Amino acid sequence: MSRLSEGRKEELLRRYGSDPENSFGGPGRIKAGKLKKRPGGFGGPGGFGGPGGPRGQGAIGGGKPKNAGATINRLLAYIGRDKVKLPVVFGFVLLSTLSSLGGSYLLRPIINNLVAEASLTVKLNNLLLGILLMAGIYSVGVICTYLQQKIMIGVSQNSLIRIREELFGKIQKLPLKYHDTHTHGDLMSRFTNDLESVGEMLNNTLPQIFSGVLTLVGTIILMFVTNWILAMVIVITVPLLFCAGGLIGKQSRKYYKAQQQALGAVNGYIEEMVTGQKVIKVFCHETRTVEEFQFLSDNLRQKQIKAQFFGGIMGPVMGNLSQISYSLSAAIGGILCLTANFDLGGLTIFTNYSRHFSRPIMELSMHMNVIFSALAGAERVFEVMDETPETADPTDVIAISAATNPVTGARMVKGEVTLKDVTFGYIPEKTILKKINVHAQPGQKIAFVGSTGAGKTTITNLINRFYEVESGQILIDWIDIKQIGKDSLRGNIAMVLQDTHLFSGTVRENIRYGRLDATDDEVVTAAKVAWAHSFIERLPQGYDTVLEGDGANLSQGERQLLNIARAAISKAPILILDEATSSVDTRTEKHIERGMDQLMKDRTTFVIAHRLSTVRNADQIIVLEHGEIIEQGTHEELLALRGRYYQLYTGAVELD
Amino acid sequence: MNRYWKYVKPYLPAFIIGPILMIVEVIGEVVMPLLLSEIIDQGIIGGRGISYIITMGITMVITALVMMAGGVGGAYFAVKASSGFANDLRKDLFRKIQEFSFKNIDQYSTGSLITRLTNDITQVQNMLQMMLRLALRAPGMLIGALIMAFILNLKLALVIFNIIPLLALAIYFIMKLAFPRFKLMQQKLDALNTVTQENLINIRVVKSFVREGYEQDKFSQANRDLKESTINALKVVIFTMPAVMLAMNVTTLAVVWFGGKQVIVGSMSAGVLTAFVNYVAQILISLMFVSMIILNSSRAFASAKRIDEVLCTEIDLTDAYAANKDLTIQAGKVEFRNVYFKYYKNNEKWVLEDINLVIEPGETVGIIGSTGSGKSSLVQLIPRLYDVDRGEVLVDDVNVKDFSLYNLRSGVGIVLQKNVLFAGSIIENLKWGDEAADDNTVYQFAEIAQAHGFITSFNEGYGTELGQGGVNVSGGQKQRLCIARTLLKRPKVLILDDSTSAVDTATEAKIRAGFKNELPGTTKIIIAQRISSVIDADKIVVIDDGKIVGIGSHSELLQSCEAYTEIYYSQMDKKVTAS
Repeated sequence: MSRLSEGRKEELLRRYGSDPENSFGGPGRIKAGKLKKRPGGFGGPGGFGGPGGPRGQGAIGGGKPKNAGATINRLLAYIGRDKVKLPVVFGFVLLSTLSSLGGSYLLRPIINNLVAEASLTVKLNNLLLGILLMAGIYSVGVICTYLQQKIMIGVSQNSLIRIREELFGKIQKLPLKYHDTHTHGDLMSRFTNDLESVGEMLNNTLPQIFSGVLTLVGTIILMFVTNWILAMVIVITVPLLFCAGGLIGKQSRKYYKAQQQALGAVNGYIEEMVTGQKVIKVFCHETRTVEEFQFLSDNLRQKQIKAQFFGGIMGPVMGNLSQISYSLSAAIGGILCLTANFDLGGLTIFTNYSRHFSRPIMELSMHMNVIFSALAGAERVFEVMDETPETADPTDVIAISAATNPVTGARMVKGEVTLKDVTFGYIPEKTILKKINVHAQPGQKIAFVGSTGAGKTTITNLINRFYEVESGQILIDWIDIKQIGKDSLRGNIAMVLQDTHLFSGTVRENIRYGRLDATDDEVVTAAKVAWAHSFIERLPQGYDTVLEGDGANLSQGERQLLNIARAAISKAPILILDEATSSVDTRTEKHIERGMDQLMKDRTTFVIAHRLSTVRNADQIIVLEHGEIIEQGTHEELLALRGRYYQLYTGAVELD
Repeated sequence: MNRYWKYVKPYLPAFIIGPILMIVEVIGEVVMPLLLSEIIDQGIIGGRGISYIITMGITMVITALVMMAGGVGGAYFAVKASSGFANDLRKDLFRKIQEFSFKNIDQYSTGSLITRLTNDITQVQNMLQMMLRLALRAPGMLIGALIMAFILNLKLALVIFNIIPLLALAIYFIMKLAFPRFKLMQQKLDALNTVTQENLINIRVVKSFVREGYEQDKFSQANRDLKESTINALKVVIFTMPAVMLAMNVTTLAVVWFGGKQVIVGSMSAGVLTAFVNYVAQILISLMFVSMIILNSSRAFASAKRIDEVLCTEIDLTDAYAANKDLTIQAGKVEFRNVYFKYYKNNEKWVLEDINLVIEPGETVGIIGSTGSGKSSLVQLIPRLYDVDRGEVLVDDVNVKDFSLYNLRSGVGIVLQKNVLFAGSIIENLKWGDEAADDNTVYQFAEIAQAHGFITSFNEGYGTELGQGGVNVSGGQKQRLCIARTLLKRPKVLILDDSTSAVDTATEAKIRAGFKNELPGTTKIIIAQRISSVIDADKIVVIDDGKIVGIGSHSELLQSCEAYTEIYYSQMDKKVTAS
């Protein structure tokens, strides 16, 4: 019935099925970018959806840790000061386990007493005594359980907070290169999925493992104390239990991996198709897409059945194997009662023990899975933390500030920017900029024009020290920027990028991001400069309107105006405008022009634009081609040259 | 909820057999202590001897094996039923989304649709599986153990019976207190994720404004909030275990006391007491399972509701009432008659107002206007990506609503503003226009779109993989690929919505020339920002604020249309005339 060829089926699986070791994403949409990115992950703002994002079967763990020991040690370090509480917790666990074991053991003498040869009153008194004792032991157990949980919550949450804080902090310090070569989805997955499994482990698993092991050991000891013959019989079944558990576990892990891959394929396909839904409709591709999805979904079901089956039978198999040992202990115990004077009370508690014997074993194996995935998750988290951060500033850095923005102790600069023989490439084989020389007097406007990939945005990356020049120098007021502290440098450069990047929060907060100590009046002034004031006033709550992720409730042009307002409010002496008005139509742009002139007054400005109308009045226009400057001069000078600029200007109004 | 019956029905046998097999396990668990008490009472105290005990023992082992078979079988059917249910639901949900009109798609964000197809379905599936395995087992055990208790000894059973409601009440209160706290915790988690994700996406802005410290503070706050709300929620939940333990212990003590007294006076056998102690444990553990199910099911119900929402969405654009489903587009004449349109029916303002326009077959029409003036909205009405609110859109003098959507959209090709290519090779992507096209045809149209050149410059040429692990193409290249893809459809009406904004004018001129020469019979509608893109059109339509304010040639409009003149001069230097 399906029109899908076998070849196409294989291709679907290959293309969308992700490496199960990695996160649960698939290939993302194709992004036109200047750097090679690894697409994938959960998409942009609004595309995230729900805590933890699209997860697979969260119940069974995913991935095996590479170096469990080291990871465990590192994790334990995060428990930090709370380490002193750990022995207390384990003490409580010990007490509660002992109490439940002890309480159940007490049943033996109590029951024996009931059937013993003694007077009614004696029996009654003994019964009362026994009950009181049990009551005491039980209360200890209950209280200990409660206290142990309470302390553990505090310990695990504190550790989680520390790990999260540190991970975030480390990410802040990572060089831009890392961000340009890794997807957000991947990083987010480590924050959510991976930390969640670590949290689960810290919260529940540790004390439960301890209590599980204790219970197991305690039960075995008590069984031996009660009746060593019977205990031997039961102990022989233990290897059987472990064997069964191990076999099932192995099969389950094998099919689990296949399931995860199938799940990744389904999720990846969903992400791509739903994001490109409109294109599918335009090409009437719906039927074909549904068919392909059906194949992937059915494939997932097949793999799921196997994986979940083995995951699911662990309980019944283990539980009922212990029922068998229960039966054995009942029968053999009964015989011993008749032949070897085994007491009835002992039989009662022994059968109880053997019946519940498998539970700790089963729980332990389930916990093992949780631990594995938590450790694997922790490793991925540590991987990010161990990335080389942006090189810290050496201690003898210079701080700079401008007249508009005075900072005590900083060197005054006027904003004269020089690029001297600057050469740079993102990857060694591909040089983007070759020996670029530019000189800008303070307050001048320098425009860069040229085709895509010519190197224009790269220059801005270098001025900001997001990337470092390979050879040559960039100087501000003749100070090499490598000697200036990065924070100080960037604080004195305001950027308006082509992609708008707004935050959740009010319009006012977003504009204020440019200078945190700006007054409300200054916010309005900045908005007016950017021609944004009128549309802001028309919003439901004006300046206090809350923007959803990246300003989804505004149009693209409006978002860019906010972008510009944000730069307007900062008092930085150097301004970089990279395609700042590309989404704004030419008529609106004319309106902004006056504001933009205001923005650029007294600031050294670097403008990158496709629309040549914006660069017409620049003090210098630099035409870049393949990383080299081919023409340089004022608008009139370049037109007179009748060279590339002339061609671009007269034949075109925009550039590739 | 009736809708979900549809997904249960095909697997009804599994849905029924699964729980039944679970009941086998339950019955076994209830019977086992009974057999033990028989051993004690009959075999030991009653003196029926070793052979009796051995027989009983064998019975117990067989029971255990039967229980195992039941449990394994139950697990199998539970998995089969739940995965089948979820699979069908997932496929249906996907199919429904494929039926969505543009308006429906706009209604839900992409992210939320993706979550519903993935996370929410998983929640429902997990819940279903857990229910199939435990839902009968836990209450079953509860009821079974209670019945046994009553049968064995009424008075003692009453003891248990009194404590259970108290425990149930305690668990209920704990849950009730916990739910809103968990909801709050979830919100805090969402907030933390939002802060983190925004920070990652906006990292350039953060670094350039030197806001690392500010962001760290923001994060710390959200982090602390999450910790507090988590502890707040868990604080309540940790009462559950001690509460159950307390109940269990008190009940055991009570049973041992009252039962013990009965054994002492001889009105109950010791074996029965033993069995009773076992039952107490079973009853209380099953109570805990029930409460666990309830706690987890709230999350699944929320997911089910979200899925339902999508499945219930009314598709507002179908061709069910199309009068001429077999009709295809032959000539390519497009007409707008008194068209009014707006996206949100509650808005007062029209996006398009009183549009009257005739485009003859084979004409090249340029549409120009400022951002938000309604250009895209206008052209999207032609292939019925949206429907008009008033008036008619006609193609070949037939209302577009009377064509089948397939025929309409095959005959009207539109290159959307937002370009999307899919994972696959270049030629696979291009063939979306025509699956059956042979390679030469593909090259031909790629050439017209000025894409053939750069495609062949890649190492793998048309076989180059786009996407993960493949090549990333520049903005202009992507646009040209999308144009080529649409050209392959051989549409009678070709619409380009600002599709050359990233292409330099020289190349664009070549594309326009290609259209003129190779596609003379195609009606071409081009939306652009640049006057230079539309200057050669047969006629130019100027749209301002949703209305047509000018139709004519370039020179005509320069004389007559103010908006056009403004646009023109905002793009050109007055001194240099366009060539």
